[in-house]
Amino acid sequence: MKRLFVLLFSFLTLTVYAEAPVEGGEFQPGDMITHHIADDYTWHFADGVVLYLPVILVDNGEFKVFSSHNFYGENHETVPYNGYALEHGHITRVNEAGEPLEGHAALYDFSITKNVASMFVSVALLFIVFFIIAGRYKNNPKSAPRGIQSFFEPIIIFIRDEIAKANIGPKYERYMPYLLTVFFFIWFNNLLGLMPGGANLTGNIAVTLVLALITLLITVFSGNKSYWKHIFATPGVPTWLAPIMIPVELIGILTKPFSLMVRLFANITAGHIIILSLFSLIFIFRSVAVGPLSVAFATFMNFLELFVALLQAYIFTLLSAMYFGGAVEEHDHAEDHH
Amino acid sequence: MELVTPGIGLLFWQTVTFLIVLFLLGKFAWKPIMTALHERETSIESALSAAEKAKLEMQALKADNEKLLAEARMERDKILKEASEAGNSIVETAKLKANEEGARMIEQARESIENEKRAAITEVKNMAASLSLEIAEQILKRELSDKTAQHTLAQDYIREVTLN
Repeated sequence: MKRLFVLLFSFLTLTVYAEAPVEGGEFQPGDMITHHIADDYTWHFADGVVLYLPVILVDNGEFKVFSSHNFYGENHETVPYNGYALEHGHITRVNEAGEPLEGHAALYDFSITKNVASMFVSVALLFIVFFIIAGRYKNNPKSAPRGIQSFFEPIIIFIRDEIAKANIGPKYERYMPYLLTVFFFIWFNNLLGLMPGGANLTGNIAVTLVLALITLLITVFSGNKSYWKHIFATPGVPTWLAPIMIPVELIGILTKPFSLMVRLFANITAGHIIILSLFSLIFIFRSVAVGPLSVAFATFMNFLELFVALLQAYIFTLLSAMYFGGAVEEHDHAEDHH
Repeated sequence: MELVTPGIGLLFWQTVTFLIVLFLLGKFAWKPIMTALHERETSIESALSAAEKAKLEMQALKADNEKLLAEARMERDKILKEASEAGNSIVETAKLKANEEGARMIEQARESIENEKRAAITEVKNMAASLSLEIAEQILKRELSDKTAQHTLAQDYIREVTLN
Protein backbone atom coordinates (compact mmCIF):
# COMPACT_ATOMS: atom_id res chain seq x y z
CA MET A 1 0.00 0.00 0.00
CA LYS A 2 2.74 2.43 1.01
CA ARG A 3 4.70 1.60 -2.09
CA LEU A 4 1.65 2.25 -4.19
CA PHE A 5 1.30 5.68 -2.66
CA VAL A 6 4.93 6.52 -3.31
CA LEU A 7 4.48 5.40 -6.88
CA LEU A 8 1.37 7.46 -7.24
CA PHE A 9 3.00 10.55 -5.81
CA SER A 10 6.10 10.18 -7.94
CA PHE A 11 3.89 9.82 -10.97
CA LEU A 12 1.95 12.94 -10.09
CA THR A 13 5.05 14.95 -9.33
CA LEU A 14 6.65 13.86 -12.57
CA THR A 15 3.75 15.03 -14.70
CA VAL A 16 3.59 18.38 -13.03
CA TYR A 17 7.34 18.66 -13.13
CA ALA A 18 7.29 18.26 -16.85
CA GLU A 19 5.07 21.30 -17.09
CA ALA A 20 6.61 23.57 -14.54
CA PRO A 21 9.91 24.68 -16.07
CA VAL A 22 8.40 25.78 -19.35
CA GLU A 23 10.85 28.58 -19.82
CA GLY A 24 13.69 26.28 -18.88
CA GLY A 25 16.01 26.74 -15.98
CA GLU A 26 15.25 26.96 -12.27
CA PHE A 27 11.75 26.45 -10.92
CA GLN A 28 10.41 29.79 -9.72
CA PRO A 29 7.56 29.18 -7.24
CA GLY A 30 6.70 32.87 -7.14
CA ASP A 31 6.27 33.06 -10.90
CA MET A 32 4.30 29.83 -10.98
CA ILE A 33 1.92 30.99 -8.25
CA THR A 34 1.45 34.45 -9.74
CA HIS A 35 0.78 32.89 -13.09
CA HIS A 36 -1.85 30.58 -11.59
CA ILE A 37 -3.78 33.15 -9.64
CA ALA A 38 -3.59 35.81 -12.36
CA ASP A 39 -5.79 36.02 -15.38
CA ASP A 40 -4.80 34.40 -18.66
CA TYR A 41 -5.63 34.51 -22.36
CA THR A 42 -5.69 30.72 -22.59
CA TRP A 43 -7.42 28.12 -20.47
CA HIS A 44 -5.01 25.41 -19.48
CA PHE A 45 -7.07 22.39 -18.46
CA ALA A 46 -4.21 19.93 -18.51
CA ASP A 47 -0.88 19.51 -20.19
CA GLY A 48 -1.60 19.77 -23.89
CA VAL A 49 -5.30 20.50 -23.41
CA VAL A 50 -5.43 24.23 -23.95
CA LEU A 51 -8.37 26.39 -24.92
CA TYR A 52 -7.25 29.54 -26.74
CA LEU A 53 -9.70 32.27 -25.81
CA PRO A 54 -10.64 35.20 -28.01
CA VAL A 55 -8.84 38.51 -27.63
CA ILE A 56 -10.94 41.64 -27.96
CA LEU A 57 -9.07 44.94 -28.10
CA VAL A 58 -10.31 48.47 -28.47
CA ASP A 59 -7.37 50.27 -29.96
CA ASN A 60 -7.98 53.93 -30.67
CA GLY A 61 -11.73 53.31 -30.87
CA GLU A 62 -11.22 50.39 -33.24
CA PHE A 63 -12.35 46.85 -32.39
CA LYS A 64 -9.78 44.10 -32.94
CA VAL A 65 -10.91 40.51 -32.39
CA PHE A 66 -8.63 37.52 -32.88
CA SER A 67 -7.71 34.26 -31.19
CA SER A 68 -5.05 34.27 -28.52
CA HIS A 69 -3.51 31.32 -30.34
CA ASN A 70 -1.79 33.90 -32.52
CA PHE A 71 0.38 34.92 -29.58
CA TYR A 72 1.88 31.47 -29.20
CA GLY A 73 4.51 29.98 -31.44
CA GLU A 74 5.15 26.35 -32.20
CA ASN A 75 7.04 25.72 -28.98
CA HIS A 76 4.54 27.54 -26.82
CA GLU A 77 6.68 30.64 -26.69
CA THR A 78 5.04 34.05 -26.98
CA VAL A 79 5.29 35.78 -30.31
CA PRO A 80 4.07 39.21 -31.41
CA TYR A 81 1.04 39.34 -33.64
CA ASN A 82 -0.30 42.15 -35.79
CA GLY A 83 1.44 44.85 -33.80
CA TYR A 84 0.55 43.43 -30.36
CA ALA A 85 2.49 41.20 -28.01
CA LEU A 86 2.00 39.52 -24.63
CA GLU A 87 4.18 41.19 -22.04
CA HIS A 88 3.97 39.76 -18.51
CA GLY A 89 0.43 38.61 -19.09
CA HIS A 90 -0.70 41.84 -20.69
CA ILE A 91 -1.20 42.86 -24.27
CA THR A 92 0.96 45.77 -25.37
CA ARG A 93 1.63 47.50 -28.64
CA VAL A 94 4.88 46.53 -30.34
CA ASN A 95 6.64 47.62 -33.50
CA GLU A 96 7.71 45.43 -36.38
CA ALA A 97 10.79 44.28 -34.52
CA GLY A 98 8.74 43.26 -31.51
CA GLU A 99 9.95 46.04 -29.25
CA PRO A 100 7.43 47.63 -26.93
CA LEU A 101 5.89 50.82 -28.18
CA GLU A 102 4.80 53.62 -25.89
CA GLY A 103 1.07 54.01 -26.41
CA HIS A 104 -0.20 57.31 -27.70
CA ALA A 105 -3.86 56.49 -27.58
CA ALA A 106 -5.66 54.29 -25.11
CA LEU A 107 -5.57 50.51 -25.62
CA TYR A 108 -8.46 48.81 -23.88
CA ASP A 109 -8.48 45.07 -23.41
CA PHE A 110 -11.95 43.50 -23.32
CA SER A 111 -10.73 39.98 -24.02
CA ILE A 112 -12.68 36.93 -22.98
CA THR A 113 -9.97 35.84 -20.59
CA LYS A 114 -9.85 32.69 -18.51
CA ASN A 115 -11.67 34.48 -15.69
CA VAL A 116 -14.41 35.75 -18.00
CA ALA A 117 -14.82 32.32 -19.58
CA SER A 118 -14.95 30.72 -16.14
CA MET A 119 -17.57 33.26 -15.11
CA PHE A 120 -19.65 32.34 -18.17
CA VAL A 121 -19.42 28.70 -17.13
CA SER A 122 -20.56 29.57 -13.62
CA VAL A 123 -23.39 31.69 -14.99
CA ALA A 124 -24.51 28.81 -17.21
CA LEU A 125 -24.44 26.55 -14.14
CA LEU A 126 -26.42 29.09 -12.11
CA PHE A 127 -29.02 29.35 -14.85
CA ILE A 128 -29.32 25.58 -15.29
CA VAL A 129 -29.56 24.87 -11.56
CA PHE A 130 -31.96 27.64 -10.61
CA PHE A 131 -34.17 27.50 -13.66
CA ILE A 132 -34.68 23.78 -13.02
CA ILE A 133 -35.50 24.52 -9.39
CA ALA A 134 -37.79 27.42 -10.32
CA GLY A 135 -39.60 25.11 -12.75
CA ARG A 136 -40.19 22.59 -9.99
CA TYR A 137 -41.63 25.29 -7.77
CA LYS A 138 -43.84 26.58 -10.56
CA ASN A 139 -45.21 23.17 -11.49
CA ASN A 140 -45.94 21.85 -8.02
CA PRO A 141 -45.68 24.68 -5.55
CA LYS A 142 -47.22 22.85 -2.63
CA SER A 143 -45.45 19.51 -2.76
CA ALA A 144 -42.34 18.70 -0.76
CA PRO A 145 -39.02 19.53 -2.45
CA ARG A 146 -37.06 16.72 -4.05
CA GLY A 147 -33.63 16.16 -5.55
CA ILE A 148 -31.60 19.28 -6.24
CA GLN A 149 -34.49 21.38 -5.00
CA SER A 150 -34.27 19.92 -1.51
CA PHE A 151 -30.56 20.71 -1.41
CA PHE A 152 -30.97 24.38 -2.27
CA GLU A 153 -34.25 25.10 -0.50
CA PRO A 154 -32.78 25.16 3.03
CA ILE A 155 -30.01 27.48 1.79
CA ILE A 156 -32.51 29.84 0.17
CA ILE A 157 -34.66 29.79 3.31
CA PHE A 158 -31.57 30.37 5.45
CA ILE A 159 -30.63 33.43 3.38
CA ARG A 160 -34.18 34.71 3.62
CA ASP A 161 -34.73 34.10 7.33
CA GLU A 162 -31.30 34.36 8.94
CA ILE A 163 -29.66 36.90 6.66
CA ALA A 164 -32.34 39.07 5.08
CA LYS A 165 -35.17 39.06 7.63
CA ALA A 166 -32.81 39.19 10.61
CA ASN A 167 -30.74 42.12 9.35
CA ILE A 168 -32.98 44.15 7.07
CA GLY A 169 -36.32 43.82 8.79
CA PRO A 170 -39.76 44.01 7.22
CA LYS A 171 -38.48 45.51 3.94
CA TYR A 172 -36.28 42.49 3.26
CA GLU A 173 -38.22 41.25 0.27
CA ARG A 174 -36.90 43.65 -2.36
CA TYR A 175 -33.29 42.82 -1.46
CA MET A 176 -33.79 39.07 -1.78
CA PRO A 177 -32.92 38.81 -5.51
CA TYR A 178 -29.60 40.57 -5.00
CA LEU A 179 -28.69 38.66 -1.83
CA LEU A 180 -29.53 35.29 -3.36
CA THR A 181 -27.75 36.09 -6.62
CA VAL A 182 -24.62 37.39 -4.93
CA PHE A 183 -24.49 34.45 -2.52
CA PHE A 184 -24.78 31.78 -5.18
CA PHE A 185 -22.57 33.68 -7.63
CA ILE A 186 -19.75 33.90 -5.10
CA TRP A 187 -20.23 30.36 -3.83
CA PHE A 188 -20.37 28.75 -7.27
CA ASN A 189 -17.33 30.70 -8.46
CA ASN A 190 -15.39 29.93 -5.28
CA LEU A 191 -16.04 26.23 -5.84
CA LEU A 192 -15.23 26.41 -9.55
CA GLY A 193 -11.97 28.13 -8.61
CA LEU A 194 -11.05 25.14 -6.46
CA MET A 195 -11.52 22.72 -9.35
CA PRO A 196 -8.38 21.59 -11.11
CA GLY A 197 -7.75 24.05 -13.90
CA GLY A 198 -10.32 26.45 -12.44
CA ALA A 199 -9.91 30.20 -12.62
CA ASN A 200 -9.30 32.42 -9.60
CA LEU A 201 -12.33 34.55 -10.38
CA THR A 202 -13.53 35.51 -6.91
CA GLY A 203 -9.89 36.09 -5.98
CA ASN A 204 -9.68 38.78 -8.62
CA ILE A 205 -9.95 42.34 -7.39
CA ALA A 206 -12.01 43.47 -10.40
CA VAL A 207 -14.75 40.96 -9.63
CA THR A 208 -14.93 41.75 -5.92
CA LEU A 209 -14.78 45.46 -6.76
CA VAL A 210 -17.86 45.20 -8.96
CA LEU A 211 -19.77 43.16 -6.36
CA ALA A 212 -18.86 45.57 -3.56
CA LEU A 213 -19.75 48.53 -5.76
CA ILE A 214 -23.22 47.12 -6.40
CA THR A 215 -23.70 46.63 -2.66
CA LEU A 216 -22.59 50.24 -2.13
CA LEU A 217 -24.97 51.56 -4.78
CA ILE A 218 -27.91 49.62 -3.39
CA THR A 219 -27.09 50.83 0.12
CA VAL A 220 -26.81 54.47 -0.93
CA PHE A 221 -29.95 54.41 -3.06
CA SER A 222 -32.07 52.74 -0.41
CA GLY A 223 -30.85 55.03 2.37
CA ASN A 224 -33.80 56.69 4.09
CA LYS A 225 -34.00 60.00 5.91
CA SER A 226 -32.63 58.76 9.20
CA TYR A 227 -29.71 57.07 7.41
CA TRP A 228 -28.61 60.36 5.84
CA LYS A 229 -29.38 62.23 9.03
CA HIS A 230 -26.96 59.95 10.88
CA ILE A 231 -24.30 60.86 8.36
CA PHE A 232 -24.77 64.61 7.98
CA ALA A 233 -26.13 65.45 11.41
CA THR A 234 -25.35 62.61 13.73
CA PRO A 235 -27.79 62.88 16.66
CA GLY A 236 -26.17 63.75 19.93
CA VAL A 237 -22.98 65.16 18.38
CA PRO A 238 -22.37 68.91 18.75
CA THR A 239 -22.67 70.94 15.56
CA TRP A 240 -19.10 72.27 15.72
CA LEU A 241 -17.86 68.71 15.27
CA ALA A 242 -19.62 68.45 11.91
CA PRO A 243 -16.52 69.34 9.83
CA ILE A 244 -14.86 66.24 11.30
CA MET A 245 -17.89 64.03 11.57
CA ILE A 246 -19.20 64.41 8.03
CA PRO A 247 -15.96 63.37 6.29
CA VAL A 248 -15.56 60.49 8.73
CA GLU A 249 -19.09 59.28 8.04
CA LEU A 250 -18.62 59.70 4.29
CA ILE A 251 -15.43 57.67 4.44
CA GLY A 252 -17.39 55.16 6.50
CA ILE A 253 -19.80 54.68 3.59
CA LEU A 254 -16.87 53.72 1.39
CA THR A 255 -14.90 51.61 3.85
CA LYS A 256 -17.75 49.15 4.23
CA PRO A 257 -17.81 47.98 0.60
CA PHE A 258 -14.02 48.37 0.47
CA SER A 259 -13.72 45.82 3.27
CA LEU A 260 -16.13 43.56 1.38
CA MET A 261 -13.97 43.81 -1.72
CA VAL A 262 -10.69 43.14 0.06
CA ARG A 263 -12.03 40.38 2.29
CA LEU A 264 -13.34 38.21 -0.53
CA PHE A 265 -10.34 38.89 -2.78
CA ALA A 266 -7.78 38.22 -0.04
CA ASN A 267 -9.43 35.10 1.35
CA ILE A 268 -9.80 33.35 -1.97
CA THR A 269 -6.43 34.40 -3.33
CA ALA A 270 -4.71 33.44 -0.09
CA GLY A 271 -6.27 29.99 -0.23
CA HIS A 272 -5.01 29.47 -3.76
CA ILE A 273 -1.55 30.74 -2.84
CA ILE A 274 -1.31 28.39 0.14
CA ILE A 275 -2.28 25.31 -1.86
CA LEU A 276 0.07 26.23 -4.69
CA SER A 277 2.88 26.93 -2.20
CA LEU A 278 2.41 23.54 -0.60
CA PHE A 279 2.75 21.88 -3.98
CA SER A 280 5.74 24.08 -4.80
CA LEU A 281 7.56 22.59 -1.82
CA ILE A 282 7.95 19.37 -3.76
CA PHE A 283 9.79 21.15 -6.56
CA ILE A 284 11.79 23.36 -4.22
CA PHE A 285 13.12 20.36 -2.32
CA ARG A 286 13.31 18.26 -5.52
CA SER A 287 12.29 15.25 -3.52
CA VAL A 288 9.55 12.67 -3.79
CA ALA A 289 9.65 12.27 -0.01
CA VAL A 290 8.14 15.73 0.47
CA GLY A 291 5.26 14.67 -1.78
CA PRO A 292 3.07 12.84 0.75
CA LEU A 293 3.48 15.62 3.30
CA SER A 294 2.72 18.28 0.73
CA VAL A 295 -0.28 16.41 -0.55
CA ALA A 296 -1.59 15.79 2.96
CA PHE A 297 -1.35 19.47 3.81
CA ALA A 298 -2.77 20.51 0.46
CA THR A 299 -5.69 18.10 0.89
CA PHE A 300 -6.39 19.54 4.31
CA MET A 301 -6.18 23.04 2.86
CA ASN A 302 -8.50 22.07 0.07
CA PHE A 303 -11.13 20.94 2.56
CA LEU A 304 -10.61 24.17 4.44
CA GLU A 305 -11.01 26.08 1.18
CA LEU A 306 -14.29 24.27 0.48
CA PHE A 307 -15.48 25.61 3.81
CA VAL A 308 -14.03 29.07 3.12
CA ALA A 309 -15.81 29.10 -0.24
CA LEU A 310 -19.14 28.80 1.56
CA LEU A 311 -18.11 31.02 4.46
CA GLN A 312 -16.99 33.92 2.28
CA ALA A 313 -20.17 33.76 0.22
CA TYR A 314 -22.11 33.83 3.50
CA ILE A 315 -20.09 36.72 4.94
CA PHE A 316 -20.39 38.83 1.81
CA THR A 317 -24.15 38.27 1.74
CA LEU A 318 -24.55 38.82 5.48
CA LEU A 319 -22.57 42.08 5.52
CA SER A 320 -24.41 43.35 2.43
CA ALA A 321 -27.69 42.61 4.21
CA MET A 322 -26.45 44.43 7.32
CA TYR A 323 -25.53 47.51 5.26
CA PHE A 324 -28.95 47.46 3.58
CA GLY A 325 -30.54 47.03 6.99
CA GLY A 326 -28.67 50.07 8.29
CA ALA A 327 -29.86 52.10 5.31
CA VAL A 328 -33.56 51.27 5.71
CA GLU A 329 -33.72 51.12 9.50
CA GLU A 330 -36.15 53.52 11.14
CA HIS A 331 -34.52 55.38 14.02
CA ASP A 332 -37.53 56.16 16.11
CA HIS A 333 -35.55 55.46 19.23
CA ALA A 334 -32.59 57.57 18.07
CA GLU A 335 -32.66 59.76 21.15
CA ASP A 336 -32.67 56.82 23.53
CA HIS A 337 -29.11 55.69 23.15
CA HIS A 338 -27.40 59.06 23.54
CA MET B 1 0.78 45.29 -7.41
CA GLU B 2 -0.63 43.55 -10.40
CA LEU B 3 -2.90 41.47 -8.20
CA VAL B 4 -4.69 44.49 -6.78
CA THR B 5 -5.06 46.37 -10.07
CA PRO B 6 -8.48 45.67 -11.52
CA GLY B 7 -8.41 45.08 -15.27
CA ILE B 8 -10.90 46.98 -17.36
CA GLY B 9 -11.92 43.91 -19.36
CA LEU B 10 -12.91 41.86 -16.34
CA LEU B 11 -14.57 44.90 -14.74
CA PHE B 12 -16.69 45.32 -17.85
CA TRP B 13 -17.57 41.65 -18.28
CA GLN B 14 -18.25 41.16 -14.59
CA THR B 15 -20.57 44.18 -14.42
CA VAL B 16 -22.49 43.21 -17.55
CA THR B 17 -22.71 39.52 -16.70
CA PHE B 18 -23.62 40.03 -13.08
CA LEU B 19 -26.37 42.51 -13.91
CA ILE B 20 -27.79 40.14 -16.54
CA VAL B 21 -27.62 37.24 -14.08
CA LEU B 22 -29.25 39.35 -11.40
CA PHE B 23 -32.04 40.37 -13.75
CA LEU B 24 -32.68 36.92 -15.25
CA LEU B 25 -32.42 34.98 -12.01
CA GLY B 26 -34.48 37.62 -10.22
CA LYS B 27 -37.23 37.42 -12.80
CA PHE B 28 -37.25 33.73 -13.68
CA ALA B 29 -35.84 32.00 -10.62
CA TRP B 30 -36.01 33.94 -7.36
CA LYS B 31 -39.46 35.36 -7.94
CA PRO B 32 -41.24 32.02 -8.54
CA ILE B 33 -39.14 30.33 -5.86
CA MET B 34 -39.88 32.95 -3.23
CA THR B 35 -43.56 33.05 -4.19
CA ALA B 36 -43.83 29.27 -4.07
CA LEU B 37 -42.03 29.11 -0.73
CA HIS B 38 -44.28 31.79 0.67
CA GLU B 39 -47.38 30.06 -0.68
CA ARG B 40 -46.29 26.72 0.70
CA GLU B 41 -45.57 28.22 4.09
CA THR B 42 -48.94 29.93 4.27
CA SER B 43 -50.70 26.77 3.10
CA ILE B 44 -48.86 24.71 5.72
CA GLU B 45 -49.68 27.29 8.34
CA SER B 46 -53.36 27.37 7.39
CA ALA B 47 -53.43 23.58 7.27
CA LEU B 48 -51.96 23.45 10.75
CA SER B 49 -54.41 25.99 12.10
CA ALA B 50 -57.27 24.14 10.39
CA ALA B 51 -56.08 20.92 12.01
CA GLU B 52 -55.96 22.68 15.35
CA LYS B 53 -59.47 24.00 14.79
CA ALA B 54 -60.68 20.55 13.77
CA LYS B 55 -59.10 19.14 16.91
CA LEU B 56 -60.91 21.68 19.04
CA GLU B 57 -64.15 20.94 17.21
CA MET B 58 -63.60 17.26 17.74
CA GLN B 59 -63.08 17.88 21.42
CA ALA B 60 -66.25 19.95 21.59
CA LEU B 61 -68.10 17.23 19.71
CA LYS B 62 -66.75 14.62 22.03
CA ALA B 63 -67.79 16.66 25.03
CA ASP B 64 -71.23 17.10 23.48
CA ASN B 65 -71.43 13.39 22.84
CA GLU B 66 -70.47 12.64 26.39
CA LYS B 67 -73.06 15.06 27.63
CA LEU B 68 -75.65 13.45 25.39
CA LEU B 69 -74.57 10.04 26.57
CA ALA B 70 -74.82 11.07 30.18
CA GLU B 71 -78.25 12.53 29.54
CA ALA B 72 -79.34 9.37 27.79
CA ARG B 73 -78.03 7.33 30.66
CA MET B 74 -79.96 9.48 33.11
CA GLU B 75 -83.06 9.20 30.95
CA ARG B 76 -82.68 5.44 30.84
CA ASP B 77 -82.28 5.27 34.59
CA LYS B 78 -85.34 7.42 35.03
CA ILE B 79 -87.37 5.30 32.64
CA LEU B 80 -86.21 2.13 34.33
CA LYS B 81 -87.09 3.53 37.69
CA GLU B 82 -90.50 4.64 36.49
CA ALA B 83 -91.08 1.29 34.87
CA SER B 84 -90.21 -0.58 37.98
CA GLU B 85 -92.38 1.75 39.98
CA ALA B 86 -95.25 1.22 37.57
CA GLY B 87 -94.69 -2.51 37.71
CA ASN B 88 -94.70 -2.44 41.46
CA SER B 89 -97.88 -0.40 41.57
CA ILE B 90 -99.53 -2.74 39.07
CA VAL B 91 -98.57 -5.70 41.18
CA GLU B 92 -99.76 -3.87 44.24
CA THR B 93 -103.14 -2.96 42.73
CA ALA B 94 -103.45 -6.47 41.34
CA LYS B 95 -102.80 -7.85 44.78
CA LEU B 96 -105.31 -5.48 46.27
CA LYS B 97 -107.85 -6.35 43.66
CA ALA B 98 -107.22 -10.01 44.16
CA ASN B 99 -107.60 -9.60 47.86
CA GLU B 100 -110.80 -7.68 47.40
CA GLU B 101 -112.06 -10.21 44.94
CA GLY B 102 -111.18 -12.99 47.31
CA ALA B 103 -112.90 -11.23 50.13
CA ARG B 104 -115.94 -10.60 47.98
CA MET B 105 -116.06 -14.20 46.87
CA ILE B 106 -115.72 -15.41 50.43
CA GLU B 107 -118.54 -13.06 51.38
CA GLN B 108 -120.70 -14.35 48.55
CA ALA B 109 -119.89 -17.89 49.53
CA ARG B 110 -120.77 -17.10 53.07
CA GLU B 111 -124.03 -15.47 51.99
CA SER B 112 -125.00 -18.37 49.81
CA ILE B 113 -124.08 -20.78 52.60
CA GLU B 114 -126.27 -18.71 54.91
CA ASN B 115 -129.07 -18.77 52.38
CA GLU B 116 -128.71 -22.48 51.91
CA LYS B 117 -128.66 -22.92 55.66
CA ARG B 118 -131.74 -20.81 56.05
CA ALA B 119 -133.49 -22.65 53.29
CA ALA B 120 -132.44 -25.92 54.83
CA ILE B 121 -133.69 -24.84 58.24
CA THR B 122 -136.97 -23.66 56.73
CA GLU B 123 -137.35 -26.96 54.99
CA VAL B 124 -136.50 -28.80 58.18
CA LYS B 125 -139.05 -26.64 59.97
CA ASN B 126 -141.64 -27.27 57.31
CA MET B 127 -140.82 -30.93 57.35
CA ALA B 128 -141.08 -30.99 61.15
CA ALA B 129 -144.39 -29.14 61.01
CA SER B 130 -145.88 -31.47 58.46
CA LEU B 131 -144.41 -34.42 60.31
CA SER B 132 -145.98 -33.18 63.56
CA LEU B 133 -149.26 -32.56 61.76
CA GLU B 134 -149.17 -36.05 60.38
CA ILE B 135 -148.26 -37.39 63.79
CA ALA B 136 -150.98 -35.31 65.38
CA GLU B 137 -153.44 -36.48 62.76
CA GLN B 138 -152.45 -40.08 63.43
CA ILE B 139 -152.78 -39.55 67.11
CA LEU B 140 -156.11 -37.72 66.75
CA LYS B 141 -157.44 -40.42 64.47
CA ARG B 142 -156.57 -43.06 67.08
CA GLU B 143 -157.85 -41.03 70.06
CA LEU B 144 -161.22 -40.22 68.44
CA SER B 145 -162.00 -43.82 67.78
CA ASP B 146 -162.26 -44.41 71.51
CA LYS B 147 -165.35 -42.63 73.20
CA THR B 148 -163.84 -42.28 76.61
CA ALA B 149 -160.65 -40.93 75.27
CA GLN B 150 -162.72 -38.39 73.23
CA HIS B 151 -164.49 -37.42 76.22
CA THR B 152 -161.40 -37.02 78.38
CA LEU B 153 -159.83 -34.87 75.61
CA ALA B 154 -162.85 -32.71 75.33
CA GLN B 155 -162.86 -32.36 79.03
CA ASP B 156 -159.20 -31.37 79.02
CA TYR B 157 -159.77 -28.63 76.39
CA ILE B 158 -162.66 -27.30 78.32
CA ARG B 159 -160.57 -27.15 81.43
CA GLU B 160 -157.76 -25.38 79.68
CA VAL B 161 -160.19 -22.91 78.16
CA THR B 162 -161.74 -22.07 81.50
CA LEU B 163 -158.40 -21.64 83.05
CA ASN B 164 -157.44 -19.06 80.45
